[in-house]
Amino acid sequence: MTVTTTCYHCGLPVGADGVYRALVDGESHPVCCPGCQAVAEAIGANGLSSYYRTRTAFAPRGPERPADQAAALVIYDRPEVQAAFVQRIGENERETMLILEGITCAACVWLNEQHLSRLPGMLSVDINYATRRARVRWDASRIELSQILWQVETIGYRAWPATSAAVERARKRETRAALWRLFVAGFGMMQVMMYALPGYLAQDGTMTDDIQVLMRLASLVLTVPVVLFSAAPFFRGAWRDLRRRRLGMDVPVALGIAVAFAASVIATFTRAGEVYYDSVTMFVFFLLCARYLEMRARQHAAARIEYLDKALPLGAHRLLEFGRRMDAEEVPAIALKPGDFVLVRAGETFPADGRIVQGDTEADESLLTGESTPMRKGQGDTVVGAALNCSSPVVVRVEHVGEDTRVSSIRRMVEAASMQRPGIAAAADRVAGWLVGTVLLVAAVAALVWWHVDPSRAIAVAVAVLVVSCPCALSLATPAAMTVAVGLLARRGVVVVKAHAIEALADATHVVFDKTGTLTEGQPGVVAVHPRPGIEIDDALALAAALERTSEHPIGMALVEAAAGATAIEAVDVRNQPGAGVEAYVDGIRHRLGTCAFVTEIAGLLPPAPAPENGATRVWLGREGAWLAASDLIDRLRPDAVATVRRLREEGRRVLIWSGDAGDAVAAVARRLDVDGYAAALLPEHKLARMVALQRDGAVVAMVGDGVNDAPVLAQAQLSIAMGSGAVVSQANADVVLLSGRLTGLLDAFALAARTRRVVYENLAWAAAYNLAALPLAAAGLVSPWLAGLGMGASSLLVVLNALRIAFPRSRSPLRSSRRRTTEIVPAPTRA
Amino acid sequence: MDILYLLIPLSLVLVFVIGAVFWWALKSGMFDDLEGPAYRILQDENEVPGRKPGAP
Repeated sequence: MTVTTTCYHCGLPVGADGVYRALVDGESHPVCCPGCQAVAEAIGANGLSSYYRTRTAFAPRGPERPADQAAALVIYDRPEVQAAFVQRIGENERETMLILEGITCAACVWLNEQHLSRLPGMLSVDINYATRRARVRWDASRIELSQILWQVETIGYRAWPATSAAVERARKRETRAALWRLFVAGFGMMQVMMYALPGYLAQDGTMTDDIQVLMRLASLVLTVPVVLFSAAPFFRGAWRDLRRRRLGMDVPVALGIAVAFAASVIATFTRAGEVYYDSVTMFVFFLLCARYLEMRARQHAAARIEYLDKALPLGAHRLLEFGRRMDAEEVPAIALKPGDFVLVRAGETFPADGRIVQGDTEADESLLTGESTPMRKGQGDTVVGAALNCSSPVVVRVEHVGEDTRVSSIRRMVEAASMQRPGIAAAADRVAGWLVGTVLLVAAVAALVWWHVDPSRAIAVAVAVLVVSCPCALSLATPAAMTVAVGLLARRGVVVVKAHAIEALADATHVVFDKTGTLTEGQPGVVAVHPRPGIEIDDALALAAALERTSEHPIGMALVEAAAGATAIEAVDVRNQPGAGVEAYVDGIRHRLGTCAFVTEIAGLLPPAPAPENGATRVWLGREGAWLAASDLIDRLRPDAVATVRRLREEGRRVLIWSGDAGDAVAAVARRLDVDGYAAALLPEHKLARMVALQRDGAVVAMVGDGVNDAPVLAQAQLSIAMGSGAVVSQANADVVLLSGRLTGLLDAFALAARTRRVVYENLAWAAAYNLAALPLAAAGLVSPWLAGLGMGASSLLVVLNALRIAFPRSRSPLRSSRRRTTEIVPAPTRA
Repeated sequence: MDILYLLIPLSLVLVFVIGAVFWWALKSGMFDDLEGPAYRILQDENEVPGRKPGAP
C-alpha cells in the first residue's frame, strides 16, 4: 500500500507538493488547502487542540472564501428575519436553535461548544449530539447572531438557524411521549409480575381468596394505565387499519390486549377464571421497546433533511430605483415580488428565478442541472434561484419567487416520484397482512372449537394464540437489525434516510454512477502541458498562474494549483473577458490565456498540437506575437474511485456510468475505472428510460447521483445514494447519503448491508419457526397465556440480541479498518 | 399474612411516586440527548488558551 499524505484537519489527500502546513501546538502538520490551514491554526490558537486527540472522524473541508461569507451573514441580524426563528427573552436576551453542519464525531461537538461558550455575550450553548442541533442563548446588546454564525465557520463548521422550530418542538414531544409510554409499561410490567408470581407459586389452598383478590386488584390498578395510555398507539393503529379495511400488525396486537384485559377484569370482579395482567403488560412493554428503537433511528435520519432549507438564500439586495440609482436595500428573500430588481454579487446565490437586465456573469447551476461547468449568462438570459453567481455582479429582474421557483418545483416532482417507488417494503406489508389474517382466523377457530370442548378455557386459548403467534418477533426481526445497522453506518458518515435502503443495498445487482461529482471531484486539474519548444513547463505554468491568480473560475484555480511551488510572476492590469479568457501585462507585454480564438487575436496563428486526450479541455497561453503553451485540463477522478469500482465488481455487482456529459470525457473516465458499461450525453428522461428497462430485466439498481436533474431517476431506482457534497435537493430525497464525500463509504454500506441481511434472515427464520411451532400448541390448549407471553418475549429478545451481533463482525471488514484510520495517518516526509 | 393488606397498597403508592419522579425527569429534559453526555465526560479538560498541551 502506498503511503499518501492526508490533510491533518479534513483527511483528504494532500497534493504531492505539500505546500500548506498548519502549525498546531508547535508542530507542523500537512493540510490540503488554506481553509483547513486557517481552521487548524484557529483551533490550536484557542487552546482547543484536544479536539485532534479525541476525535473519531475527520472534519469537513475548511471554508473556501471566508471574507464574503461573513458579510453575507449580516442578514440574520435583521429583526424581520429573526422573527421567524429567534425567541426574545427579556430585553436583550435571545434564544434560537441552530443546525450545525459538519459535525462528524463527539469531538466536533465539544469543539463547537467550547469555542462558542468563550465568546463575549454568549449566555449558554447546548449542543445535542444526536440531532446536531445547538440551542444558543445570547445577549443581543453584546453580540450579534451573525457573529455567532461566523465564529462557527472560523473553526470549519457551518451553522444556520433552524427555521422550522415547530417541527423541532413536535419531534421533542414525540420522543418524550414515547419514553413516558415505555416507562409506564415497563414499570407496570415489573410490578404486576411481582403481584402475579405468588399466584403461580402458591399450592392449592395456601393463598387465601382475599389475598388473591387484593393482588388482582392491585394488578388491575397498574394495568389500566398500561392499557389505556401505553398501548394507545396500538389501538389507534388498529382502528386506522380497520377503517381502511386492511389488516396490519396492530390488529392482532390490539385484539390480544383487549380480549386478555377484558377477560381479566371480568375474572377479577366475578372471582372466577384466570387473569392475564402480567401477560398484557409484558406484551405491551416489549412491543413499545421495538417502536421506541425504530423511532429513534427515524429521527436521526429526519434531522438531515433540513439541508433543504438553505437551497435558496435568506436575504437579497433589492434595488429601489433601478435605472436611476444603484442604492441597494437588504431585504429577506421572502419579501421579494415578481418585478423587483435585485443585485446579485459575485459569490452569492440567486434568491429567485429571473432575467438578467444588467451585467455579464457565469452562473453555477450544478444544483439544478448537475452540470459542473458554470454557464455564461448575459443581459436577457434567465437565471434560476439557488444557482451560484460565479464571476461578476449582475442586476436581475425577479420573475418567480418562493414556491414558484424551479428548485421548488423540482423538489415537488421528486416528492411525487418518491411516493410511487417500486417497493420491497410493500411486499413485506402484504406478507404481514396475510399472516395477521391467518392468526386471527386460527384464534377464532380455536376459540370456537374449545367453546364446544371446554367453554371455561376458550378465552385462555384464544388469547394464547393471539399473543404467542403475534408476529412480534417477525415485526421486530427487521427493524431491530436495521436500527443497529443504521447507527453503525451513521458513525461512518453514511446516513440511511429510508428504512428499505439496507435491504436494497444487499440486493443491488447494478451500481449506476452519474459521472459528475460522484466519481470525479467536479474540479478540473491540469493533466498535460504542451509548451512551445524552448520553454520549460514550469515557466509556462507560472505565467499562466500569474494571469489567473485572482480568478475564481475552476480552470483558473486549477492552473494556479498546478503552478504552486514555482517562482511567482507578477501580472498587472488583469482583465477578465467572460467566456473567452483573461488578459494581463507581464513585464509590460500583453499576455492572454483562454480559448483558441481569444489567444490567436494577439499571438498570431497557433501551431498544430496533438488533440486533447480523454475529452480534456484545452486552454492556450500566448503573448503579443507568439504563442507560449497549451494546457489540457480534465475533471479529476476522486482518489478512491478506482479502488471502489474494482471492489464493487469483485463483489459481483455490475458498475455502470450514465452521464449527461459529453461522450469523450465519459469514455475516458469509464476506461480509467474499467466499468461494465457507460452511456454519455443522456438527458434525465433517457436515464429514467434506461433505469426502467434495467429494472424490467430484474435488476436491483443502486443509483449514485448528485445534481437535481438526477432526482427523477434517483427516485425510480430501488436505491438512491447521494454524495454529501452534492446538490441539497437530491440529498433530501435520497435513500442513502454519503456525508463524508468518500466513495469508500459505499463499500462500508454494502458490506454492512450484507451482514445485516444475513441477520435479518436468521431472525425471520427463527420467528417463522417459532410461530409455526407455537401456533398449533397454543390452539391445542397446551400453552397458557403467561407462557405465551414469556415465549413471545423470549423470542423477541433473542431477535434483538441477534441484531446487536451486527455491531461485532467476526472478520476484519472495511468498517473495522476505517475506524482506526485516524491513528493510521503516516506523516509524509517534509520537502526540503 | 395480614401485613400484606398494608404492603400491597403501599407498593402501589410507591409505584406512582416513582412514576411521578420519572415524569419530572422527563419533563426537565434529562432524556433529550442520550448520547452526548457519555462523550462529553471524557473531554472536559478545560485547557487554558495559549497553554501548550504536554506541559504538566
